[in-house]
Amino acid sequence: MTATLERPPVTVVAASSSRKRLRRNDSAGWLAYVLLALTAFVFLVPFYYMIVAASRPMAEMNQTPPPLLPGPDLWSNIVKAVESQDIGLALMNSMIVSGVITVSTVLLCTLAGFAFAKMRFRGRNVLFGIALGTMMIPPSLGVVPLYALMATLGLAGDLSSVILPSLVQCFGVFFMRQYLIQTLPDELLDAAKVDGATSLRTFWSIVLPIARPGMAVLAMLTFMTAWNDFFWPVITLNSSNPTVQVALNNLGSGYVPDTSVIMAGTLVGTLPVIVVFLLLGRQIVGGIIAGAVKG
Amino acid sequence: MSISTPARPVPGERTPPPGSGTPRRSWRTRLFQAEERTAPYVYVAPFFLLFAAFGLFPLVQTAWISLHSYKLGSEMKWLGLENYVWLFSNPDFYNSLWKTFTIGVLSTVPQLMIALGLAHLLNYRMRGRTFFRVAMIMPYATSVAAAALVFAQLFGRDAGAVNWLLGVVGVDAVDWRNGDWTAQLAISIIVIWRWTGYNALIYLAGMQSISQDLYEAAALDGASRWQQFRHVTLPGLRPTILFTAVVSTIGASQLFGEPLIFGGGQPDGGALGQYQTLGLFMYQQGWTYGSLGRAATVAWVTFLLIIVLVLVNTAITRRRQP
Repeated sequence: MTATLERPPVTVVAASSSRKRLRRNDSAGWLAYVLLALTAFVFLVPFYYMIVAASRPMAEMNQTPPPLLPGPDLWSNIVKAVESQDIGLALMNSMIVSGVITVSTVLLCTLAGFAFAKMRFRGRNVLFGIALGTMMIPPSLGVVPLYALMATLGLAGDLSSVILPSLVQCFGVFFMRQYLIQTLPDELLDAAKVDGATSLRTFWSIVLPIARPGMAVLAMLTFMTAWNDFFWPVITLNSSNPTVQVALNNLGSGYVPDTSVIMAGTLVGTLPVIVVFLLLGRQIVGGIIAGAVKG
Repeated sequence: MSISTPARPVPGERTPPPGSGTPRRSWRTRLFQAEERTAPYVYVAPFFLLFAAFGLFPLVQTAWISLHSYKLGSEMKWLGLENYVWLFSNPDFYNSLWKTFTIGVLSTVPQLMIALGLAHLLNYRMRGRTFFRVAMIMPYATSVAAAALVFAQLFGRDAGAVNWLLGVVGVDAVDWRNGDWTAQLAISIIVIWRWTGYNALIYLAGMQSISQDLYEAAALDGASRWQQFRHVTLPGLRPTILFTAVVSTIGASQLFGEPLIFGGGQPDGGALGQYQTLGLFMYQQGWTYGSLGRAATVAWVTFLLIIVLVLVNTAITRRRQP
């Protein structure tokens, strides 16, 4: 995926005179560095503030000027946050919810993406158009009947009420289709057909291995989205069985007026995503760029 | 018999596999073909079934419920258009409609413009490019809840870091949450913080798909960098800009988590409803007052509004030919 991040090698191949001009035109001046550094600073400061506030007693956070360096109370604040909202249970629930959603989304989207990318069938374009159109429908507009439906099924408050509506998403279908069109050679599929492989067999032994990098990117994006989902979990889940986001909402809702404890809880709830980003940020960025609508 | 048997039947048995062979092969072939014909439908079916059950059905059902008085656990009572009459004669609805609009403009316009500038910078050849790109996108990875909680602290009246910083510059402390425009500004800043980097990456992707030849031709014609940006980059990005404008508009019209948490979990959007969005208003009707019929009415009106906004967006972006 990182390959998509690099610019096309045109400039390198070009003749030396035009190469010089293009390179000069292309490389950043000091102003670009300053602007980007400033923006990066602004974008990262809230994370830093989270750590500082979570590691100090609240009294110190109320001083002016507020402390600028992390303090010694991180662990005790985390313990308080975990005790007041059962963050441990919330982390566990979020793991289950995000895990199931990720596995199902990646698998189902790869299947559908494969069909849309490489198989010919009647109504393909119409169906794909419908799938794309569903992207325009904001999911939160159906929450009233969805809530009623879950209540009728006896699932309200249950993790499955969060999982079921998110088992598949149109972005993933779109993403995997685009990925497979680019990476899966038709010759391979034809060869498999000649050898008498059924399409499911082809999918298993040819498509899946080739699609793996794309699936990994989709998995990261899906996991992140599922982990951070707020509106629907807040509506359907109650505070006795929360996901991390529901727990954070409760934490901020005044049960715990302690700023430092709130920030400690926020830190714990955000940490998994931060870690994933530190490890895989480059791939995630590449994935977002690859999945974007190109002109 | 004994003479003719060894002479002829041997090749006969092999070449046309009579009786058993032919039907079996065509049976397999037919099965193979049937699999090939039905497989694509089977592969896309889960997506459409799940969407029908949890996407389309609730959306349509919302319209139906909006015509009823409906509380959870009780029967639906037919009201006709009464909910709509209630909604359109309710000052709170107009207030939340207006706040949704102002916060939407305050957050979307700067966000997309900054993103465009950032994408332009990120597109340069430079050291530490990956670091900058990852730093820009970190806020996007942060949940609404976490972002809103942190900013609620930063925008605190007495001990907030923002007011402290303003104090250093010599500006008096601002009561961000209780002011009308200040609260909207604070919420817009949360949205801008979370989404600018994401949009910048989308623009970056669009920029990278613009042919390098166009820039070269423009440079040969003596176009300055700014002229290149205006006459090559912007037109090339038009579909991408439309995409981000539509997505941001939809997002803005559904704003919910930021104002909810910024207001400490209360759906009234401040004492004067100064930041009560349509999303909060719907939540308040349905889950604070328990009137799901009215909540459905708000949802359906929001949906119609989104359709109108998307059409307007499309029209504007199409017409603006730089």
